[in-house]
Amino acid sequence: MTNLLEAKGLRAAYGETKVLHGLDFAVRQGGVTTLLGANGAGKTTTLRAICGLVRTQGEITFDGKRIDGMATEDIVRLGCAHVPEGRGTFMELTVEENMRLGAYTRPAREATADFEHMFDYFPRLKERYKQQAGTLSGGEQQMLAIVRALVLRPRLLLLDEPSFGLAPLIVQEIFRILARIRQDAGVSILLVEQNAAIALEFAEDAYVLETGRIVMAGSSADISQDEGIRRSYLGY
Amino acid sequence: MLAGVLHQIMSGIATGGIYASVALALVMIYQATHHVNFAQGEMATFSTYIALSFINAGFPYWIAFAAAVVISFAIGVAIERVLMRPLANAPILASVGVFVGLLLIINSLSGWFFDYTIKQFPTPFPDKPMLGGYLSGHELGSTGVTLLVLICVYLFFRHTRLGLAMRGAAFNATSSRLVGVRVGWMLALGWGLAAAIGAVAGCMVAPIVFLDPNMMSGILLYAFAGALLGGIDNPLGAVLGGFAVGVIENLGGAYLVGTELKLTLALAIIVTVLTIKPTGLMGRKVYSRV
Amino acid sequence: MMKMRTSWLIALLVVLATVVPVVGFTDYHLFQLTMVVVYAIAILGLSLLTGFNGQISLGHGAFYAIGAYTTAILMTTWNMPYWATLPVSAIVCAGVGFLLGLPALRLDGLYLALTTFAMAVAIPQILKYKAFEEWTGGVQGLVIDKPEAPFGLQLSPDQWLYLFTVGVAVLLYVIAWNIVRGRIGRAMMAIRDHAMAAEAMGINLPIVKTRAFALSAMYTGLAGSLGAIAVQFVAPDSFAVFVSIFLFVGLVVGGVSSIGGTLIGAAFIEFVPNVADKVSKAAPGAVYGVILIAVMFLMPAGAGGFLRAMGRRVLRIGAAPEPLVDEEEEVAAVEYAPVVGDLVKRPLASEKHNAD
Repeated sequence: MTNLLEAKGLRAAYGETKVLHGLDFAVRQGGVTTLLGANGAGKTTTLRAICGLVRTQGEITFDGKRIDGMATEDIVRLGCAHVPEGRGTFMELTVEENMRLGAYTRPAREATADFEHMFDYFPRLKERYKQQAGTLSGGEQQMLAIVRALVLRPRLLLLDEPSFGLAPLIVQEIFRILARIRQDAGVSILLVEQNAAIALEFAEDAYVLETGRIVMAGSSADISQDEGIRRSYLGY
Repeated sequence: MLAGVLHQIMSGIATGGIYASVALALVMIYQATHHVNFAQGEMATFSTYIALSFINAGFPYWIAFAAAVVISFAIGVAIERVLMRPLANAPILASVGVFVGLLLIINSLSGWFFDYTIKQFPTPFPDKPMLGGYLSGHELGSTGVTLLVLICVYLFFRHTRLGLAMRGAAFNATSSRLVGVRVGWMLALGWGLAAAIGAVAGCMVAPIVFLDPNMMSGILLYAFAGALLGGIDNPLGAVLGGFAVGVIENLGGAYLVGTELKLTLALAIIVTVLTIKPTGLMGRKVYSRV
Repeated sequence: MMKMRTSWLIALLVVLATVVPVVGFTDYHLFQLTMVVVYAIAILGLSLLTGFNGQISLGHGAFYAIGAYTTAILMTTWNMPYWATLPVSAIVCAGVGFLLGLPALRLDGLYLALTTFAMAVAIPQILKYKAFEEWTGGVQGLVIDKPEAPFGLQLSPDQWLYLFTVGVAVLLYVIAWNIVRGRIGRAMMAIRDHAMAAEAMGINLPIVKTRAFALSAMYTGLAGSLGAIAVQFVAPDSFAVFVSIFLFVGLVVGGVSSIGGTLIGAAFIEFVPNVADKVSKAAPGAVYGVILIAVMFLMPAGAGGFLRAMGRRVLRIGAAPEPLVDEEEEVAAVEYAPVVGDLVKRPLASEKHNAD
């Protein structure tokens, strides 16, 4: 099976501070991969690097095309959508406007059809359609962020800590819906999560990051059985 | 007495429309970039000179007006693309320096191309008193024009895809990038639009105060006062603030401090707002710190 | 701690700068030099507030005007001798500065710039106000007599005025130098670089900031007084917004926190118009604008910072190895240029931006 996304020797820095020290990883076509690691390991930076939000060295290939050094806006148009850490909600705009912005690169007619589709997955957003996005709860904003990324009809979905700050029940709901979406749309997913348990359940492949380096890689089944990982990241 | 007050209020609304326009231009740039465009007044003056050149070349008023607006738009876009990108993460002093530099350059260009003698600027509106004598033809016409411009801008931002993208880019540049919005060009468009609005304001005010390179410095001050009063990150607030300042200026000038101290009144408004309620009447963010 | 070599050098330069012009220059050139010194003091005032304390002012022309008018009014209405007006002017301007410093406490960088800019625009109107006309002379302003050299010295008024101005300048510069090197100066700079940390260290922000304002206003006000005496004339339209802007330009060109740079900035704003005016009336403004932007993009520490960095290199090449203590003290002392904390970072031209 081919890789939709491949990174070779990925390095990234914020100004003087080097954060990623040469990562090699891949996301299979139609697969779900997760990046695990503690705070500060560089997981979020990795996603931002893929999107062109930080300066990088090394190779990043998306569907056979080199995207390192490309502008974010162009990477997005190639079919790579990012649900950022902290949701990235346009707080001052309404839910509707948030969604319309998500569909910015798509023709209007297609987008409207997609909106209905999105409401199937996330009926709560339909209720709040005209509400200001800043008034939504954390879980709802997370859903909105996912929708914003999905109306792009991406081939690769980058999810940055979707469980952050959310109650366990909401987290489960969101991941259930993500599984449905993945099945329906066949979208590949690269998931960054601190909640290792749910991530390993959701994903097929996993990488473990520690201070900017990959220390372990394998199928999520193997990784979740590893003693060391369980102790460090799963807590048992 | 009442007639006098009413007259001042209506006149105030007329000039307030101009302050509201410039205030809107200021807020548009501030919201998107967190920079105050100190050169906004000079840009508007330069635009007015461009209009005058077309008029003197024989073009009908509204053609000259449209030409000035379009050219100003282009100049605004150019300034953003050339000068403003490096300012994105710059310290405040650097940004103030660049804007003041821009002010000086544009002011000098006005003086150089069009010399320093005071010029008359024509009005396209009839010269007779309107509305039972409370407003001159020009005041009424200019109020209509500025209201029209403000409404168009509002509709543009609320109901077009591009307007939404510009608002998004102003509120959250990163998230905008992530949906494919070319943020840099949105900023450039914002600058272009602000410059175009400034051109309209300049053409509307020039018949009243006469045209010379320093025409807009006082008006810029009123626009600042209006923008701060309404809330510098709130376009609607800035517009309302501009109108309010126009009325306050006229009433204050007529009944309180005399017409010679009107600018001081604007200064007083600025200091008062920033000291008591820095976010303005309708603003949101807190931005003063010790 | 200045190296002994440097302070002797400066003293020598001052003596030369004092004697040579008086002996060799025409009265007109002396007048121009006097104005350079006047502007230097004015810019020094601005530097104390903006460069050393981080409070950006685009309205220092107001203090210049207040100082000028104070002197003019005292001399014309009350026949006070010119030298006696200086202490009064100092007190008045310091007071006004302090009062303005109070609301300024609540204003963040950009808003302070905006407010002071507003002040600069409003000043001529205030000066023309009819109620004050009795003292200010209204639109026509006031004319001042040029002081004669005292004690029967064989000097022309211009020569005497130059010496007097230089004398006052030397005094003011020495005081500024000492303030900036001392505790107050370090507190000012700490606030500029990181206000919250400064507060956490126990620095009383309101007191230091308002005092900085008062000090700055006093300096620029005194410059205004000296300028009024030199020009022999004050009128509201001489103090339009461009005075404030030109002082700001002079500050940036010389280096925002460079005491020596103030002289460079002053020379710049005194002589550039003389040259540029010959091209066109619009030229000086354009030159200022272009230079201002160029400095921000290429050399944010200004000419003063650049020269100081050069100077350090030159002096070090010829010198014996210095004890480490000296260097630390020098670094901790007055001038951070070319890296002046957050206020003036690296030049804009070296900022590279990702995407877009």
